[in-house]
Amino acid sequence: MTTVRPTVAVVKFPGSLDHDSAARAAAQAGADATLVHHKDEALPAGTTAVVLPGGFSYGDHLRCGAIASRAPIMRAVIRFAADGGRVLGICNGFQILCEAGLLPGVLRPNRSLSFICRQVTLQVDDDATAWTGALASGAQRSIPIKNHDGAWFGDPTKGRVVFRYDETNPTGSHERIAGIANHEGNVLGMMPHPECACDPLVGSDDGRVVFDALVGAVSVGA
Amino acid sequence: MSTEALPRHRQLGLTDWEAERIPELLGREPTDPELVMFSLMWSEHCSYKHSKPLLGAFPSEGPHILQGPGENAGAIDVGDGMAVAFKIESHNHPSAVEPFEGAATGVGGIVRDIIAMGARPIALLDSLRFGELTSAKSRFLFRRAVAGIGHYGNCIGVPTVGGEVGFDDCYEDSCLVNAMCIGVLPHDGILRAAAKGIGNRLVLFGNKTGRDGIGGASVLASAELSDDEDKRPSVQVSDPFTERKLMDCCADLARRGLFVALQDLGAAGLTSAASEMASKGGLGLRIDLDRIPLREAVMLPAEILVSESQERMLAVVTPGDADTVIALCRDRFDLDATDIGEVTAGDRLTATAGGEVVVDIPARFLADDAPVYEVPQNPAPAPVPLDLASVAEPADLAAAWLALLAKPTVASKRWVYEQYDQLVGADTIRRPGGDAAVVRLPGTNRAIAVTTDCAERHCQLDPRAGGAAAVFEAARNVACVGARPAAITNCLNFPNPEKGHTGWRLAQAIAGMSDACRALGTPVVSGNVSLYNESAARIIFPTPVVGMVGLLEDAARSVGHAFSQEGDVVLLVGSGEPRLDGSEYLGRAEGHPTPPDAAVEVSLCRLLADAADAGLLVSAHDVSAGGLAVALAEAAIGGGIGATTQIAPAERDDVALFGECGGRVVVSCRPDVEHDLRELAGDLPVACLGVVGGDDIAIQVGHTRVSIAVGDAGNAYERAIPEALA
Repeated sequence: MTTVRPTVAVVKFPGSLDHDSAARAAAQAGADATLVHHKDEALPAGTTAVVLPGGFSYGDHLRCGAIASRAPIMRAVIRFAADGGRVLGICNGFQILCEAGLLPGVLRPNRSLSFICRQVTLQVDDDATAWTGALASGAQRSIPIKNHDGAWFGDPTKGRVVFRYDETNPTGSHERIAGIANHEGNVLGMMPHPECACDPLVGSDDGRVVFDALVGAVSVGA
Repeated sequence: MSTEALPRHRQLGLTDWEAERIPELLGREPTDPELVMFSLMWSEHCSYKHSKPLLGAFPSEGPHILQGPGENAGAIDVGDGMAVAFKIESHNHPSAVEPFEGAATGVGGIVRDIIAMGARPIALLDSLRFGELTSAKSRFLFRRAVAGIGHYGNCIGVPTVGGEVGFDDCYEDSCLVNAMCIGVLPHDGILRAAAKGIGNRLVLFGNKTGRDGIGGASVLASAELSDDEDKRPSVQVSDPFTERKLMDCCADLARRGLFVALQDLGAAGLTSAASEMASKGGLGLRIDLDRIPLREAVMLPAEILVSESQERMLAVVTPGDADTVIALCRDRFDLDATDIGEVTAGDRLTATAGGEVVVDIPARFLADDAPVYEVPQNPAPAPVPLDLASVAEPADLAAAWLALLAKPTVASKRWVYEQYDQLVGADTIRRPGGDAAVVRLPGTNRAIAVTTDCAERHCQLDPRAGGAAAVFEAARNVACVGARPAAITNCLNFPNPEKGHTGWRLAQAIAGMSDACRALGTPVVSGNVSLYNESAARIIFPTPVVGMVGLLEDAARSVGHAFSQEGDVVLLVGSGEPRLDGSEYLGRAEGHPTPPDAAVEVSLCRLLADAADAGLLVSAHDVSAGGLAVALAEAAIGGGIGATTQIAPAERDDVALFGECGGRVVVSCRPDVEHDLRELAGDLPVACLGVVGGDDIAIQVGHTRVSIAVGDAGNAYERAIPEALA
């Protein structure tokens, strides 16, 4: 048997900002990471996982993530997710996944009504998805947030809560939700930036678990 | 409007003498668009007419300097064929009028200067000054300027990693917003602005041209402020989303080698970009104004020529590449791009509109031949030492210590920097809140350390020493994180140079900064001057802000400012005589601050970088505003662990605790390496202050023992600014 390196497609919208660091994190986890243009109609052949990175796609015009969720590449991403493919949306990517209907809820402005960049403590909640590897429910991870519209609001029973903030709940998110997956578990959206937590020199490497899961054995939904 | 009674040239900001000089140069009367162009290009903001004769004093050469002053930004060698380009620039007057857009477009402008060098921006810093936060107006300006900086920087994806904020009543009417940007590029990728190649095409790309920011550089930025709200239409409007596309586009086109020359459109818009490109290249440019994409249905030629609409760049490209460049801009990056003219033989900048020539003048008249004025050199009286007897000694030193930690200028700036994306790019190794930020150069293990600093009270009292003190403080900050100071940029924020002692202070501060730069081997590679920062009621302190870049060979060797491990030894490295004169504790510009000792500063920086290389340091923190007591408290707050220390007595306990001077850094290290550190220090004094540990920060000074809980110190320090704004 030959080993095939997983291929992670990182979608770049106009105004995406964290695509390079997301690609670097995916490569560090053992994947071939490819940047995919928003106007493309299809994902690269052999794509094993997709990342929608952070940033301000389309300048946050209209509503965060709203325009990007209708970009040509998103039809392919939606099909990919429906087929059980692993999709990770970080920050603006999370907002895009909610706008695209792949995840429940919406992201509202932070309680402070200001942008917040801060290292925060996350707690693993549902530990049965692939996204948190071997971590058990209650395990803590230090990963930064950097967003203006990061307060998730919606019905948590429409998905699976993967990460919650600690009691400080910096964004004012409903039930301290920091990251939520769909029922099938193959699509995860999270406001904290795991790609900015893959190197102890930069603050922590607690985000690697998410990228390890992204490029890991593709058996989600099975 | 009262201005309608004034002659046209006065409305535009030209003096009578300047207006008479233009027909002498041209040999005819200027057309109206030409007069408008002269008024912008001969403004203080564009021509540096009051500061140019003084700026030549700055040392600007060194073996590692790849590009000195004169281009869009300076550039230095950082090894392995890589270069770092950087510059700081003011956007003070627009921010005083409309702080959100003023500050946002300040960030946008400096980022485009870095892009125009062919560099990829990797870090931003902001040096800010406002009136006291007890003033509603200053709270408004502070809040909105910070929001504007965040809005722009966050949206373009360049991390804001540092800077400083100070508050003093003298900035109540003239707040300062200085933005610094740093970019990386390969040595052979440095782009220049000089037009080359007769017949080459001019491509204008980015945003459309509108009526915003007209006269921004002349009537707004080059005069004292009054009736601010009338000037609001002179402030530009920001569009960071387009700037991001512009960044990506320029990086792509530069990588493909499609630029012959590149220039951003900043103050005076197309007029400045075109005249500087032509003048630097010794060639002419012909521009067809009818081809420029406009935001408005109708614009006058003069308006098109001097519009300061943001997010625009002008490139010279070969005729064979023009279509490719335009197609890439439009299709790949969704940006407007238009062929607006060509490079011509001769030296004339010409513009046509509706088939008629509306501008036809030698470009150098605009770019290089602005009048130059010698500013009056009236020395201020020599500083008089503070009479300590006039300063009441506090009954409760611990309370005074906590109060000092809660002064907005000293207190934590977390409220500010948490509104900025400090991390985008995932290469920020030391975040804001320490001495200097550390940013890894993408794809390498090297890093740069960056900081901005100023010593404005010192500059007010003793400008030559104060100018030097600002440079040395920046160097100490860079050295504290383990880097070797490499070069500086500066932004000279001063009042009206035609009045009082300001011209002399400007010259003295430049001399002092130059002294320090020579001592440290850190040339000045770029800079900016902002004059007329005064109102009828208030005159700012001379505020020459220094932006310094230092280099770390190994990003993993950087050092933080916080105490870390119980049992570590706390040492004071360097020496200086602390004084209350001009200090934060005194709270006013009075007395004679300790002049810096260049020999101590240079040795101190070398020691800190060597010690970091050798892995000897757990922490290093500069002793600056608030003195030794504040430096110890900040190291303790940062680490959440206290220390028990003893410091040298002075004539009074408050002088020993809160007195300020340069040349001193608090470090902590494992006890078993203290000897190695002392060996490395050689002749540089190293005093043992005590040991890290416990929940209190205790200082013994003579027979007095002062102690505060780390938690209380942290609360005072962290809550001050949010509470002042609540």
